[in-house]
Amino acid sequence: MSMKFGTRHVSGVTVLDLSGKITLGEGSVTIRDAVREVLATGSTKILLNLADVNYIDSSGIGELVSALTAVKNAGGELKLLQLTKKVKDLLQITKLYTVFDIFDVESEALASYSK
Amino acid sequence: MDDGKKKRIVLTLESDLKSVEIVETTAEAYARDAGFDEDTTSNISMVSREAAVNAVLHGNKRDASKHVIAVFEITPEQLRISISDEGGGVNPDTIPDPLAAENVLRPSGRGVFLMRAYMDEVHFRQLTPGMEITMVKRRV
Repeated sequence: MSMKFGTRHVSGVTVLDLSGKITLGEGSVTIRDAVREVLATGSTKILLNLADVNYIDSSGIGELVSALTAVKNAGGELKLLQLTKKVKDLLQITKLYTVFDIFDVESEALASYSK
Repeated sequence: MDDGKKKRIVLTLESDLKSVEIVETTAEAYARDAGFDEDTTSNISMVSREAAVNAVLHGNKRDASKHVIAVFEITPEQLRISISDEGGGVNPDTIPDPLAAENVLRPSGRGVFLMRAYMDEVHFRQLTPGMEITMVKRRV
């Protein structure tokens, strides 16, 4: 199954609910496009909800890093919500876990954005 | 699987992303057959995918005239997966350390690192032409 996503706007933050696989050629293209589209609307506070992302590879990790860089360059904030064990393990082993702002509870993630 | 028996398959694949999926699903099936748990099976499947992506994109550069050869073998001691291309392959010595501070935010270059992290052994062998990556996960 490739990646799917839905978009919500909550408290001034654009929440992207991702599900499925973030891998080369399928999910990773979608996540890049999704974040680019959000930035194009002028919204720079983005929360990626990864609760239903059950599989990610190095390309997918690269896409998360690219998304973080793109949002930071636009003067915004990109944060991650509800990592599955698989994604958490990969971010830890690649030393990216501390690079991202990561939350388990959506309300806490939303409250953490600068006003 | 009967631990005393060997199981082996050799796949000759096209240089496209469909082949990556075939390598991934075959690795998953062999890892299950070898008796690895769910997490380990998922990791073996993922790093096999990484090796196949390297072969298709960086080795053969999607050249339709070149193939990817994938060999999966279960022995009583280990699961061995070899992926080879017919192009330039990936020279592991030229890959920057993805954990170095200056490289952590690079969008690529983590595939071989993940292979080494999740498998017990990773070997590279230069072919003429091509590169072979062999990954081993011990069963005991």
